Amino acid sequence: MSSSRKKLLLMGRSGSGKSSMRSIIFSNYSAFDTRRLGATIDVEHSHLRFLGNMTLNLWDCGGQDVFMDNYFTTQKDHIFKFVQVLIHVFDVESKSINKDIEIFIKSLTNLQKYSPDAKVFVLLHKMDLVQIDKRDELFNIMMDKLQKISNPYQFKLVGFPTSIWNESLYKAWSQIVCSLIPNMNLFNDNLLKFNRILDAEEIILFEKTTFLVISSTNSIRQQLNGTTTNSLDNLDPKRFEKISNIIKTYKQSISKLRTNFNNLIIKGSNDTQFFIDGLTDNMFIMIILKDSPSKSGEYVNNKEELIVLKNIKSARKWFEKIESVK
Amino acid sequence: MEGMLLPNPKDSNATILLMGLRRGGKSSICKVVFHNMQPLDTLYLESTSKPTTEQFSSLIDLSVMELPGQLNYFEPNYDSERLFQSIGALVYVIDSQDEYLNAITNLSMIIEYAYKVNPKINIEVLIHKIDGLSEDYRLDCQRDIMQRTGDELLDLGLEGVQVSFYLTSIFDHSIYEAFSRIVQKLINELPSLENMLDNLVEHSSIEKVFLFDINSKIYVATDSSPVDIQTYEVCAEFIDITIDLDNLYISESPSNGASNGQSNGEPTCAKEVKSISYLNNGSILYLKQMIRGLALVASINNEDNDEFNNNLTLIDYNVNLFKSSLKKMWENSRIQS
Ligand SMILES: Nc1nc2c(ncn2[C@@H]2O[C@H](COP(=O)(O)OP(=O)(O)OP(=O)(O)O)[C@@H](O)[C@H]2O)c(=O)[nH]1
Ligand SMILES: Nc1nc2c(ncn2[C@@H]2O[C@H](COP(=O)(O)OP(=O)(O)O)[C@@H](O)[C@H]2O)c(=O)[nH]1
Ligand SMILES: [Mg+2]
Repeated sequence: MSSSRKKLLLMGRSGSGKSSMRSIIFSNYSAFDTRRLGATIDVEHSHLRFLGNMTLNLWDCGGQDVFMDNYFTTQKDHIFKFVQVLIHVFDVESKSINKDIEIFIKSLTNLQKYSPDAKVFVLLHKMDLVQIDKRDELFNIMMDKLQKISNPYQFKLVGFPTSIWNESLYKAWSQIVCSLIPNMNLFNDNLLKFNRILDAEEIILFEKTTFLVISSTNSIRQQLNGTTTNSLDNLDPKRFEKISNIIKTYKQSISKLRTNFNNLIIKGSNDTQFFIDGLTDNMFIMIILKDSPSKSGEYVNNKEELIVLKNIKSARKWFEKIESVK
Repeated sequence: MEGMLLPNPKDSNATILLMGLRRGGKSSICKVVFHNMQPLDTLYLESTSKPTTEQFSSLIDLSVMELPGQLNYFEPNYDSERLFQSIGALVYVIDSQDEYLNAITNLSMIIEYAYKVNPKINIEVLIHKIDGLSEDYRLDCQRDIMQRTGDELLDLGLEGVQVSFYLTSIFDHSIYEAFSRIVQKLINELPSLENMLDNLVEHSSIEKVFLFDINSKIYVATDSSPVDIQTYEVCAEFIDITIDLDNLYISESPSNGASNGQSNGEPTCAKEVKSISYLNNGSILYLKQMIRGLALVASINNEDNDEFNNNLTLIDYNVNLFKSSLKKMWENSRIQS
């Protein structure tokens, strides 16, 4: 089997928002569109090619009690075998927390039995419904409690506060998906190498269909040095997920003209230039350049644009090679 | 800026008066179009009880004044005569999801009065909240309202009064389209602007071009080819995409931290924003910031799929010419007034 298949379980009570998230991230829905979704019947499977040779098998498990009962009894080995990732979704406004936790415990029990090496992500969802200044506290309390519950099953939880109404969704899903990419180091190394040539403020890699962030020069730098002090420090720390969100909105917008975009080049108000362009068949790259606040006229700039776009073309080979690594 | 209830009669044609019965949607329209409020959040708006005025400056300085539905304009101590004399457009909002016969009677009375005081006034009727009506019923509803209004005006002996009707909802772009047309009628320079845009289209491979007010997404002018609502939406949204991305990399230095992003479309830094996007279908979206919170957005034909379109240099050149003409036009118009 040449391509690597990854099985992701999406679990949680009915109405917690599982299908909404899946539709926004993987099917280009807008948050508004999710109101049309009906309750999921049994399990809905989606197969998504991701970065060339990876296939994500997403099991969206309908959360109504009738179905849940089956997952934990007759279907348990079918559901819980060969799982790489469990994503358990909690509705933060839920009125029946005990029932939610009971389901969570049943999932962990079965997961430990059938896929003990799986990673477990917990999404505390519909955070938009909680008052802004209460969100952090609520998140910490709930995560503490859930981690204590998970300890006997030897799972270390990774939790995110999420909502379909803001960019938090993209942060959570980027990290979930990145945890499945085996050759992450190669992406990072080549991104740094590329930046040595371009000398950009920042370079970000995105998966093409979901626009989830795979890697960025700034996050790599932070991993390497621990502490950094550079010009990017006073920028919005949520900018990556915001970019994913904005580009997704753009894709949605131009889908009205039944088309998609090849690239987007912005000359910003602050001597900043943005290049968003296809890198490989599976990735987009975003390059942010700071112009020296110079006299350079329009003509010169047009030329510079061509050079950056050509550089992206030349980098294509490197990154295609990484994608095809088995 | 606030508290100035009666508009300055000198720039008389730049005031829009928003009227209609209670709960018709007037405040919602103001908030959504001029303050970027999300349509769903209008549910929590409180009923307006005092006249309110919004200033918004674009190519021309506009003020939008909202009169609450229950106000009695014809009370002697309310100077409605001067008010109606000083406005350029009367926009009357009718709630299409409600019983509208009273609204039509009210409208006709207001028209009778307004027309007497100021025969040059533009009368615009928004048949509003059409998101709640089925597609078929919308046109029936419009026909019915037009018919009844016509009849009432005839009864009042008012013939030949021009009234324009628009189907609108804050949940789609129809409200922007309507306001664009209403505002355009108030811009004296409109014919020359359209001429300049037609010129631009003729001398480059531009398919459609809009001159947008960045903040409100109203277009103050477009070339003379018909407006396709989808192209309009995509162009308007392209402005947001560009500005949202640009803002992410403007560091929040304490000096301009207070400007909370609502800087009237005028960026804090001097550099004009420009953006270009090549689409799969062989078009290019093109945006360039102009003066006074305006942006030019165009859809360009790139059928040969030329990757580094050579036409673009030509378009840049022509757009720059357009921008300098715009500057001159604006300076001249200021001298005149
Ligand atoms: N306020 C808010 N509503 C949300 C959010 N996410 C989803 N919803 C709404 O919640 C409702 C239910 O969402 P679904 O995605 O169908 O729930 P589900 O978990 O798939 O439910 P089952 O398929 O029955 O298991 C929809 O109307 C969504 O619009 C969120 O982040 N905030
Ligand atoms: N369905 C629908 N409701 C609207 C629309 N515009 C406004 N509303 C609602 O109508 C109600 C009254 O609006 P408001 O602006 O306060 O009316 P005003 O008294 O004329 O200022 C609010 O609940 C709005 O949410 C629309 O286009 N469609
Ligand atoms: Mg579902």
